Amino acid sequence: MNDPKYTGQEFKVVGTRVKRPDGLDKVTGRARYGADMSAPGQLVGLMLRSPHAHARIKKIDASKAEKLAGVKAVITSADLPDLTGGNSGLYDTLENCMARDRALYDGHAVAGVAAIDRTTAKKALKLIKVTYEKLPHVTDVDEALNDDAPIVQPRYAQDGRHGNLINKGEFGHGDIDKGFAEADVIVERSYKTGQTHQGYIEPHACLASVSPDGTGELWVTTQGHFAYRNNCAQLLGMDIAKLKVTSSEIGGGFGGKTHVWMEPIALALSRKANRPVKMVMSREEVFKASGPTCSTSMDIKIGAKKDGTIVAARAECRYMNGAFPGMWGTLGGMTAFACYNIANNKAIGVNVLCNRPKVAAYRAPSAPMMAFGVESTIDQLAKELGTDPVELRLKNVAKEGTLAPYGPVWGPIGIEPTLEAVRDHPHMRAKLGKNQGRGVACGFWFNIGGQTCSDLNIGPDGTVNLTVGTIDVGGARASLALIAAEELGIAYEDVRTNIGDTSSLGHNDTTEGSRGTFSSGMATIFAARKAIDVLKERAAKMWQIPVEAVTWEDGSAHAVGNEHDNLSPLTLKDIAKKAGNTGGPIAGHHEATADGAGVSFASHIVDVEVDPETGKTTILRYTVVQDAGKAIHPDYVEGQFQGAAAQGIGWALNEEYIYGEDGRLQNGAFLDYRMPVCSDLPSIDTKILEIPNPSHPYGIRGVGETSIVPPLGAIGNAVSNAVGVRMYEVPMSPPRILKALDDASA
Amino acid sequence: MAGVHVTTTINNDPVEYVCPADESLLDVLRDNLGLTGVKEGCGTGDCGACSVTLDGQLVCACLVLGAEAEGRTITTVEGMADGEKLHPLQEQFINNAALQCGICTPGFLIAAKALLDENLSPTETEIRYALAGNLCRCTGYDKIVKAVQAAAKDLRKQNKKKK
Ligand code: FES
Ligand code: FES
Repeated sequence: MNDPKYTGQEFKVVGTRVKRPDGLDKVTGRARYGADMSAPGQLVGLMLRSPHAHARIKKIDASKAEKLAGVKAVITSADLPDLTGGNSGLYDTLENCMARDRALYDGHAVAGVAAIDRTTAKKALKLIKVTYEKLPHVTDVDEALNDDAPIVQPRYAQDGRHGNLINKGEFGHGDIDKGFAEADVIVERSYKTGQTHQGYIEPHACLASVSPDGTGELWVTTQGHFAYRNNCAQLLGMDIAKLKVTSSEIGGGFGGKTHVWMEPIALALSRKANRPVKMVMSREEVFKASGPTCSTSMDIKIGAKKDGTIVAARAECRYMNGAFPGMWGTLGGMTAFACYNIANNKAIGVNVLCNRPKVAAYRAPSAPMMAFGVESTIDQLAKELGTDPVELRLKNVAKEGTLAPYGPVWGPIGIEPTLEAVRDHPHMRAKLGKNQGRGVACGFWFNIGGQTCSDLNIGPDGTVNLTVGTIDVGGARASLALIAAEELGIAYEDVRTNIGDTSSLGHNDTTEGSRGTFSSGMATIFAARKAIDVLKERAAKMWQIPVEAVTWEDGSAHAVGNEHDNLSPLTLKDIAKKAGNTGGPIAGHHEATADGAGVSFASHIVDVEVDPETGKTTILRYTVVQDAGKAIHPDYVEGQFQGAAAQGIGWALNEEYIYGEDGRLQNGAFLDYRMPVCSDLPSIDTKILEIPNPSHPYGIRGVGETSIVPPLGAIGNAVSNAVGVRMYEVPMSPPRILKALDDASA
Repeated sequence: MAGVHVTTTINNDPVEYVCPADESLLDVLRDNLGLTGVKEGCGTGDCGACSVTLDGQLVCACLVLGAEAEGRTITTVEGMADGEKLHPLQEQFINNAALQCGICTPGFLIAAKALLDENLSPTETEIRYALAGNLCRCTGYDKIVKAVQAAAKDLRKQNKKKK
């Protein structure tokens, strides 16, 4: 599927579809995830959670629970002094881990228990008496900005702006008033998107153990064990170096495992009980108290000349952050018009608080909602202009040299090639039947780099241990081993990649922003090159010639120059075997802040059929085209594209948090929060483009996130084309579609 | 609570345990017997991560009581390979990159095996419906379906050879 048109470099092993090193353990049940570890004498930890959307906690009486036989510790906020030293973000984390004076959402933790078994722990939870005073609540992002809305976090309220409005991020350039004045056609519409959950199948889980000497260990499913370590240590007053955090195999994260949730409480319970404590969230807890994304409400306005030149665009999107402020609106604002070259554009992302759980990142966080509004509006603009929606996009597409709405000038980027590939794809010419429609949409994601280090150690037999500090959620160990093998010139099978715990490497930023393979790949390349320098020195020693006369090629040291003709090459294995005599173990290490993450673009095509009787939408065919920069392991790149598209399909059609009048979540289970199953989806076709990222030695861009951005807009366009009525709200669930059809015929 | 004494067969081994009457088979397998290859994604029968077979019948271990295993035969993912030799499904899941995070994999393998034990030539639609009780959030299912098709082909070939 690779398109050689854009490929630059020649690779030997990079780009091949090798077996992943952790595959065997994962198909035999041997791999150990968050909940699969145990320790001698471990206790079961459980959390008591608020049944109210918003309530003052007047009193917590845990005395009966504490007296129950088998209960070893009970924790409330009284056991968690504020050690955050005025760091408001950290204070938010503390308050989210356990409510202090007020419970801020349905499911907010108010007390934790550790007991000898689950039955006892459950009994203890029932014995804790919490006296609440219910307070008015708000769970809708628009209602939260009404004058009479209850204020979620008075400490963030400031004179002169609404107490629930945290801030606005504004991006763009040009003069939009002037631009709209020049436009012949203007389309202005409002949209809404529901709140969705990342939906990882593995619930949050950890095993915490703190000793009386102040040292601790945490085994946890996380995307960032270094961040977890730092946060837990700071919140509990521990020395960072004395807390060792090991990342388990991770059963999906998608951004939801980038923040601590109950882990500091597990450590606090362990410290108080002086025994290891295991905590595993139930699915209901995962839904109610961890990581959903924002719901949104937005207004989009786009204006064009008759010839299809878009002259002005404005977006304002309100992002519901839950009970604690985030940067979600700001991120969304940056992405709004990134696919296009628009002379006058402005995007505003507004961060709003509600009585819902603290929002966490969800795969290209904040971009899919904005893209739903923008891509839906562009299709309507095309209709008014009487032009083809793909041609309209191509006419206004961003290219190398275009000023991006959030500041940079684009280098080589892939949006135009993905749109061209869509235009030329046979999918676009397939026949459609009755009640069927086709939609196209584009998406953008930044990708990030960040702090990274890797350690490459060559064993006495010449096999290689690569230790990295970014976690592997879907094949990264295979990709990184491919990179190390490529650099060293050895076989893939001779490299074993391990994820180091926090005591074995320097700080590594959390694996988010599709940074894992990009940044650890970069650190691995440079660590390998350093190891090659050492290997050359050792070969020079073995030959007793100057190191300048040694080169490294195809996994061997070669002596150059006529005078060394008699020296046959030394393989990595030959040199490794003799390492003890030539200076000791051979290793390469690299640490850096990886700059130059390559932005990534995708364009998707989808065909749907809508049943006008029931309002049910079936996805008939789906095609993803995305720029990967360089696909290190194409299977797992395709897998990322397909998985992201599937999540987007769920978001577009079914998934949403439903809150009742009482402010409580009504569908905190997989049965009622319905994610796509196998029979809901067709095979998702993928096309990988490779437009190398000039800032990475192999041209890698992040690949994991971008393809969740287009589906909402693409499916919105397809459904609207199928039924002839525009959809303004996601998810486009059967009742919403039926209502739109009814409204249109009325 | 008084415990229930259970004698059963798990992955061809005779096993005895005592469990509280209200303890799920999933908790027994994971917590009492150390078979942590059986995963818990929901505990309510909605995700299939805990799939095992009970007398050859595909069930969610979270919906079965430990006490119900008395005198029955259970197979978990740990019992799928024949010693070092992987079951064709396991082999093809690796070859086809049918797993990303892998938390759903044990459940899919067991569910797919239950399908192929009944029907060695399922259509794509039959595969998709047979696996509809298992959630995977990472893959979009495409590579899982391809892996099951490839394993079915392998098994058909094996059967031909035997005959
Ligand atoms: S854990 Fe049994 S079905 Fe989800
Ligand atoms: S591979 Fe992650 S849930 Fe299926």
